[in-house]
Amino acid sequence: MNETKKKKSIWTNSAFQSIIASLLCIVVGVLIGYIVLLFINPNGASEAIVAILKNFLNYPSQQAALMYLGNTLVRTAPLLMCALSIQFCYKAGLFNIGAAGQYVAGAGACLYTALGLHANWFFCLLAAVLAGGIFGLITGLLKAYKSVNEVISGIMLNWIALYLVNMVLNNVKEVASPYTKSIAEVNHGALLPSLGLGKLFTDNQYVTIAIPLAIIIAILIAWVLKKTVFGYEVLATGYNKNAAKYAGMKENRNIVVTIVIGGMLAGAGAAFLYLTGYEQWSCTQTTVPGMGFNGIAATFLGGLDPIGTIFASYFIQHITSGGAYVDLNIYPSQVSDIISSVIIYLCGFVFFIKYIMNSIHAKKAEKAILATKKVEAAKASDVNVASDDNKKGGDQ
Amino acid sequence: MEEKYTIEMLNITKRFPGIVANDNITLKLRKGEIHALLGENGAGKSTLMSVLFGLYHAEEGVIKKDGQEVNIKDPNDANALGIGMVHQHFRLVQCFTVLDNIILGVESTKHGIIQKDEARKKVIELSDKYGLKVDPDALVEDITVGMQQRTEILKMLYRENEILIFDEPTAVLTPEEIDDLMLIMKNLAKEGKSILFISHKLNEIMAVADRCSVLRRGKYIGTVDVCDTNEQELSRMMVGRDVQLVAQKDDKTPGDVILDVKNLTVASNVHHNQDAVKDVSFNVRQGEIVCIAGIDGNGQTELVYGLSGLEPLRGGTISINGKDISKASIRERSMAGMSHIPEDRQKHGLVLDYSLAYNLVLQRYFEKDFNNHGVLKQNNIRKYADKLIEQYDIRSGQGGASSTRSMSGGNQQKAIIAREVDKNPDLLLAVQPTRGLDVGAIEYIHNQLIAQRDAGKAVLLVSLELEEVLSIPDRILVMYEGRIVGEFDPKKTNREELGLYMAGARREEK
Repeated sequence: MNETKKKKSIWTNSAFQSIIASLLCIVVGVLIGYIVLLFINPNGASEAIVAILKNFLNYPSQQAALMYLGNTLVRTAPLLMCALSIQFCYKAGLFNIGAAGQYVAGAGACLYTALGLHANWFFCLLAAVLAGGIFGLITGLLKAYKSVNEVISGIMLNWIALYLVNMVLNNVKEVASPYTKSIAEVNHGALLPSLGLGKLFTDNQYVTIAIPLAIIIAILIAWVLKKTVFGYEVLATGYNKNAAKYAGMKENRNIVVTIVIGGMLAGAGAAFLYLTGYEQWSCTQTTVPGMGFNGIAATFLGGLDPIGTIFASYFIQHITSGGAYVDLNIYPSQVSDIISSVIIYLCGFVFFIKYIMNSIHAKKAEKAILATKKVEAAKASDVNVASDDNKKGGDQ
Repeated sequence: MEEKYTIEMLNITKRFPGIVANDNITLKLRKGEIHALLGENGAGKSTLMSVLFGLYHAEEGVIKKDGQEVNIKDPNDANALGIGMVHQHFRLVQCFTVLDNIILGVESTKHGIIQKDEARKKVIELSDKYGLKVDPDALVEDITVGMQQRTEILKMLYRENEILIFDEPTAVLTPEEIDDLMLIMKNLAKEGKSILFISHKLNEIMAVADRCSVLRRGKYIGTVDVCDTNEQELSRMMVGRDVQLVAQKDDKTPGDVILDVKNLTVASNVHHNQDAVKDVSFNVRQGEIVCIAGIDGNGQTELVYGLSGLEPLRGGTISINGKDISKASIRERSMAGMSHIPEDRQKHGLVLDYSLAYNLVLQRYFEKDFNNHGVLKQNNIRKYADKLIEQYDIRSGQGGASSTRSMSGGNQQKAIIAREVDKNPDLLLAVQPTRGLDVGAIEYIHNQLIAQRDAGKAVLLVSLELEEVLSIPDRILVMYEGRIVGEFDPKKTNREELGLYMAGARREEK
């Protein structure tokens, strides 16, 4: 009994492995980032990497630090939602790269309902969820009934969403700039309620219910996947869609529903950012916002686990925000993006590191058995009285 | 006096974490003999051969080639010593031609350009010499499994290997191809090649091998001359107890018609514009086992897809208990009383990444017993799994919580059978239920099928194994090119007659 307990060491525990692998990825990412900085300019490399990692802690006053922690959290909520969108679809065997476009659709919908239709925040959020869902629905229908690869249609729809939203939001932009009008000025009721959360972060006006809501949704997703019939079907489809079909699951319907939910999550993510008033949409932007793509890194860094993804999303946002504190007198302004990209890129290696950990463990176990066997053999030959029966007992 | 052996594996011990795969095993191969290595799944046959081929390293023991001790570190070393291996799953590049596959890794080049002419000549010579019919210019993806295997054999011969290892070579072949292979193996032995033949099929060993070594649970049981033994004795050595090789069953008069199939037509899996099942009609009654026999690829797979709902029908009707289910969904058919043990247990039958317990409820998770308004009742699932594990003797490391992927093929199949039989169906579709399993597991599955029949269920068995076809069913239907070409009473027919119908040489006129 003792032996079997020993064998199940913490190193073979999958959750523990994920955490260690994620931390290793971060360390290696930071290290490579540091090397890149050394190449560009060795003089300020250490200070720069520390500045990135410190993020809001760069401010000496506790109040300012709290305020900027709030800002990082404000941007973490949408990232977490995009990561969950990708993760939920991934569990069903679908790679929802269209999350970026669904996010854009959500942004367009909530900003237009807020600024054009002067609706209340709740309806703006609902509009974002619906818009994201509709973009997901297109991908889902194409995938389920026309076998169009979801990656291809997702990437196409990303661009369609971007220019469609630029066009629609052109109606509600400021006269003198390409940016949409400020929600706070035009329609204060469209801002997500703060419920006093802002006070915790030195009156940070952008801290709203979006942050706790995103965390609750992450927990909800974990629950749905683990405990419900729908989750059972989603996972079965993801692991083996032939078996899911054999078992009579409606796999086409499940594909559509899964991507629609993914789209809704990404759409809600956009509302969680734009309905705080933290950012305004630039109607002349020609790149799809990175939030959806960073969600891919966050979901893998989080070990494909909704709860792990909460922390992973925070970390990635922490690094991204921290990039702003690099000394621009020493480094070109792009360097902060490069460093955070390198770290985020390395985050994708979680599963590779887990694989290596498993094979190292297997080798160790084999060696350990060999060693005990050798000791036993040595004992047997030393004493030289071990009866045959005993030997057999040892073998078994 | 010491006998000369071409290969000696002396006191080989190989351990994996947790198990001793080979425990002090000795195997001696004479030159020019066919030496069978017999054992159940997991007995350590493949491990032993992998040690010889350099894929694994034994912790203890020595390997000798022609009396000289050798150290085989990897397959390249094995190759240099003239040891070649045909793996159970072929290692061929699908989009290369047969010739390209044969010369892959040993191409002769001139200024960096491959010289194929000489290679082609040599391949054709070899294939004539040993009766290995292949088309050197055909793409591997286009040729039959039998020809792919011959390509693998040619690969070994092209490299002038003297010791040939065949890892369960007949598992993927049709009866006809098996006969061809047996002949090829005998030819090779006659030409002085030494053959190690891994198998758990007794009749093949009896037919082709000179000697046979038996392994059981990693231990060496013994070596016998095949001419001095029989199947009964070999199976006792392999399993460790007496095994019923032929299933016992009493006569039984069939009852009402359960499954009624009329003029069924189903599209081909491979060429969607063609029909693989053409105008097929038959029925299965209560308390009888009907077997669809035939060579692989004559429409059996599509027939089952049509019956189970995996593939829509092109025409015809299917009814269960008089209820038309031709257009019903898979779930509706399952609810109407159909259970399905699928042909490919890993592709269709199981979600390998799910726990055993989750797999055992794969056909029932949506029932009230297992969920409450969409939330799974984990406790009930666990209890139900424990019940089936106990009742059907499914062996796994950690009971219902074990990963299905880690279970042996036989136990995976037992899990599927437990799940499908416990649904208490009126009709049980069993498609090649014993494929790739050892005698112990085959005996178990045959007894389960007969028990279902005796309980008054209708059983439709699809089988490629003639032994099974002749021993289990009450009625045999032979399928050839998508049609049923004959109906037989297993007591009044024989191997030869069925073979003629299966090969399309004869058919009943209707």
